[in-house]
Amino acid sequence: MLAIEIKNLTKEYAVGFWKKQWRPALKSLNLTVEAGETFGFLGPNGAGKTTTLKLLMGIIFPTSGSATILGKDFLDPEVKRRIGFLPEQPYFYDYLSAPELLDYYARLSGVPAPVRKQRIGELLGRVGLADVGNKQLRKFSKGMLQRVGIAQAIIHDPEVVFLDEPMSGLDPVGRHEVRELIQSLKDAGKTIFFSTHILSDAEALCDRVAVIHKGELRGVGVVNDFRSSLAEKTEVIWLGATALSAVNSLLAEVHVTGDTVRGTVQSGDLDRLLEKLRQQGARLISVMPVQRTLEDYFLAKTREEEKEAVTL
Amino acid sequence: MTSRLSAITWNTFREAVRDRVLYNLVLFVLLLVASAPLFSQISIGLEKLMLVNVGLSSISLFGVIIAIFVGIGLVSKEIEKKTLYTILSRPVRRWEFIVGKYLGLLLTLVVNTALMTVGFYLALLIFINGLKRADAMLLVAVYFIVLQFMMMVAITLLFSTFSTPIFSAIFAFALYVIGTFGEDLKNFAAMSHGATKWLAMGASYIMPNFASLNVIAQAAHEQNVGSGLIFSNTVYALLYSLAVTVAAVMIFERRNLK
Repeated sequence: MLAIEIKNLTKEYAVGFWKKQWRPALKSLNLTVEAGETFGFLGPNGAGKTTTLKLLMGIIFPTSGSATILGKDFLDPEVKRRIGFLPEQPYFYDYLSAPELLDYYARLSGVPAPVRKQRIGELLGRVGLADVGNKQLRKFSKGMLQRVGIAQAIIHDPEVVFLDEPMSGLDPVGRHEVRELIQSLKDAGKTIFFSTHILSDAEALCDRVAVIHKGELRGVGVVNDFRSSLAEKTEVIWLGATALSAVNSLLAEVHVTGDTVRGTVQSGDLDRLLEKLRQQGARLISVMPVQRTLEDYFLAKTREEEKEAVTL
Repeated sequence: MTSRLSAITWNTFREAVRDRVLYNLVLFVLLLVASAPLFSQISIGLEKLMLVNVGLSSISLFGVIIAIFVGIGLVSKEIEKKTLYTILSRPVRRWEFIVGKYLGLLLTLVVNTALMTVGFYLALLIFINGLKRADAMLLVAVYFIVLQFMMMVAITLLFSTFSTPIFSAIFAFALYVIGTFGEDLKNFAAMSHGATKWLAMGASYIMPNFASLNVIAQAAHEQNVGSGLIFSNTVYALLYSLAVTVAAVMIFERRNLK
């Protein structure tokens, strides 16, 4: 079952003094996310990630296109009961305490009073804020606010959770904690759609990722495929710089430090390289396949246009 | 719907209280106490006249200042600070947010006015040595002041949905000033001819008429306010506030929040 289906979603802003020119922020986005999936929405800053999330949340309206969440139109108030949202660098009513804020949001989401009280206590414990008491949010650190942000996004036990840059601005400990929280949501079977430009987070948490750049979808891929795919290149390190002249034609890249040589070879040429090194009497130190990473995929997708432009 | 509306209303009220808006009550008391020596230097009849004028005018002025300065930020502050993101991603209709904000600020002003009125009656009791039956009519003047607040909150809320706080404050204050001369605008329309008459008449319907809601002078002179005026003013303030709030909702429903 599809949790999210986005069809030709487009957003253009009127710019210029007379507002007669149109600047596209999102160009005809098509995307589907399965129920229970953790989906990473990747892109550099200004790529259109937040625009997409703001559209899906009904904060801004699309120029054209449509979307469904849990099978219903994304603007249907009934849908909003079943989704949660953490905006990028969230700001909350700082005159409230964490329990007051969560109670307010729970009321807006229609959570009945007895359930509210129990859930607030339980959630504050889960995000590590059980002992904050009635301290106002203006006295909270950034990491604590982010945890409150996650708590408000799931206070009504939603089926789909949208997170916009949930790790941005956090220190390594904060990032680790937020990552664990997302993992626990994943374990609970929630559908998670989160935007990020931190690739290691996406690699650790996501089942699938989409790369968006300059408002355009550049590709969608399964994270495990990057890890399990056969390495295209292999890195070989050996002692014996004199052997280099005999094997140089096989190497894609080479770095020499004293007598130590580090070369990269296409995996198809590996046997020939090893054979020649043996003939030259070089001493092998390591042979390591170069795995394709999410970063390679991301860079390839975001640089496609530049390459095309250079070719033209 | 009721639960969401009451949640937004209560939160708006709570924000005003925690932002120390009600501290103006202290200023109000200080104003009454500080002007007391002046009252004692005036002859007996004028003493009460002055107290009623100072008291009721202060209640009105303090409330209008709160309505403008809190009202202009009701929506624009939520957009600027992006607190609206976590509201609109919930099953909250945009009109519910606007109406909840309106009711929240109005509740703040009603509570503020109620407390000021208690202080005002206490001042009458202390400085004028007792209350008379006719003093109950002062409550009508207070009621009309609350009707003015209903209209002012709607006006500032309307500006808050599309303008910056500074411009909203300027527009709202300008409308308040024009509104206090509402009767003059009507009279001008009656005396004019041709296009000027129509323009002035149109303006007198669009602009708020606070003049008819100001009965402080009558109250000070212990003149009765007719039930007809109470009824017509109530209907006028309700309809005007409703029309302006509907306009605010219509603008906000279409607005892209950056």
